[in-house]
Amino acid sequence: MEKTRRATGSRLRSLWRRQAPAAIALIPAAIIVLAIYLGAMLWTVRLSFSSSKMLPVFDFVGLQQYERLFATERFVLSTWHIALFGVLFIAGCLVIGFLLAVFIDQNVRFEDAFRTIFLYPYAMSFIVTGLAWQWFLNPTLGLQKAVRDLGFESFTFDWLVRPNLVMFTLVIAAIWQASGLVMAILLAGLRGIDAELWKATKIEGIPTWRVYVSIVLPMLTPMLVTASVLLATAVAKLYDLVVAMTKGGPGISSEVPAKFIMDNFFERANVGLGSAAATMLLVTVAALVGPWIYAEHLRPRKGRA
Amino acid sequence: MMQFNTGKQLDELVANGYLVTLDSAAGAGKWDAILPKAIVEASKRDGHWYALPVNIHGANWLFYNAKVFADAGVPEPKTWSDVIAAGPKLKARGVIPFAHGGQSWQDHLLFDAVLIGEGGSDLFLSVYGKDAQAAIASPKFKRVAEVFKQLRDLMDAGMPGRNWNDATAMVITGKAGFQVMGDWAKGEFLAAGQTAGKEYGCAIVGSEGGYVMGGDVFVFPKQNDANATAAQAKLESLLLTPAVQIAFNSKKGSVPVRTDLDVSSMDQCAQKGFAALKDPKKQIPGPSYLISPDENGALNDVITQYLNTPGETADDFVAKFAAAVKSAG
Repeated sequence: MEKTRRATGSRLRSLWRRQAPAAIALIPAAIIVLAIYLGAMLWTVRLSFSSSKMLPVFDFVGLQQYERLFATERFVLSTWHIALFGVLFIAGCLVIGFLLAVFIDQNVRFEDAFRTIFLYPYAMSFIVTGLAWQWFLNPTLGLQKAVRDLGFESFTFDWLVRPNLVMFTLVIAAIWQASGLVMAILLAGLRGIDAELWKATKIEGIPTWRVYVSIVLPMLTPMLVTASVLLATAVAKLYDLVVAMTKGGPGISSEVPAKFIMDNFFERANVGLGSAAATMLLVTVAALVGPWIYAEHLRPRKGRA
Repeated sequence: MMQFNTGKQLDELVANGYLVTLDSAAGAGKWDAILPKAIVEASKRDGHWYALPVNIHGANWLFYNAKVFADAGVPEPKTWSDVIAAGPKLKARGVIPFAHGGQSWQDHLLFDAVLIGEGGSDLFLSVYGKDAQAAIASPKFKRVAEVFKQLRDLMDAGMPGRNWNDATAMVITGKAGFQVMGDWAKGEFLAAGQTAGKEYGCAIVGSEGGYVMGGDVFVFPKQNDANATAAQAKLESLLLTPAVQIAFNSKKGSVPVRTDLDVSSMDQCAQKGFAALKDPKKQIPGPSYLISPDENGALNDVITQYLNTPGETADDFVAKFAAAVKSAG
């Protein structure tokens, strides 16, 4: 009895000695996460139950701000817009990024040049991307005018000013910007695949596209998940692209939740309503991420002792 | 010191006791006597002066290219019906009749111009005042909404999202006939070397001639340092002197806030505006004096959606406008 306790004690002590430096190094980050991230989140949720206008006020008005929020057409439309944008943007980036990675993986000549060209848009901020695409898609300034000047009088590409098509222009600009990142991540994955695999599948006589779909893609799952998470954070944050490209227009047909929150906090001196919207965004993200975290980390796996 | 637009933007700072009162400078300069009544009311809270108004911007001017209008045979418009009638004549000359920047604040500014020009000053003040719901339900308001929607046909396809100065550039270069904008647009014409009354003209549209006032004020946060407080007092005594008023407003494009000055050195449009403001019935406080930034923003959303949605009727718009005023007010 005595021997085991001493043994356990010394094992614990050596464990602590090994992990102490790491634990101490993480303390500043832990403080930042707890105080700033968590603290700010809790403060925002608190303000969403208050009647704050320009300055924070710590009274309690129940769910009044939330009632107003869901009665505000602009907010309800924003959530539809971001859902549409999210699905199309993530799917589009993954597909196009994968195709670009496969293309570069074929050992083409000038591979470095192509990789740089495809990754370059990611170096630009969303503001620059939005502004450039706005000029390009503006019917009186950009592509439509250029093609018409070439002689094709009936060519129209005025999605930017059509209320039911403007969200697709945002999707196009965003996919152009972010596909390069997905390509870089998936290329790293593709390069990690054993060359023996290709030899084996050639001997079996499996067509190349089948190899990609049924064998390579499942092997790339961790990379795809990483890329999806990065893209999903860009979707939740979508603000600067909208401001640069359409300012939420025409009318309110390209409004997004982050812009709703910013406008209410700063231009409209309406901290209470903005906080309620921010809380709803937090709840939505938590609802989407929660099950995934459970599936990946918390669920007891089969075969674990 | 801080800058706000004249009106309710400073309410919370006053309520929380952050601002210095300007009563001593106001008494010495006789501000209650020399400034228009609406400005005085907008700058005082509970009888004390908190804001120092330095100018009056007119928000409902119509600027037009003189040559384009002359070539199309369009006279300076007096009512909104005149404006709509000018549309086909200008289109026949191959010109875009109405250069408009389709950002939500500009849509709201245009709506206010139609509201006061077509609906009259009483309707304007009711809609942004105490009996808003009754005014919004009136047939006159619905008529305003219909006229506003008709203006969409005079604008071009690239209107949504355009910056206001890009629209002014269209008028300056003769690509478009006119723009409805505040008098800060004069700066663009000035920079292009154009003179009011020669290359471009300006008009207040509407039979009553109501002048929608905007403007800027300075407020002075309480200071602990005696030197800072002394500097504030000096500034308070200087900003409303005649010389400063004329010089500042000539550059800014607005009209002096003092009603007792000689403005013959300012441009034709400024003189027009100054003369209009001499009549107290034409001094109409703009929305920023009357409603909170929250309500103003909510109305921006409703108005811009109406202008940009072809299928939306005036009845839909009236219902949404009423709901926005109710929830934000």
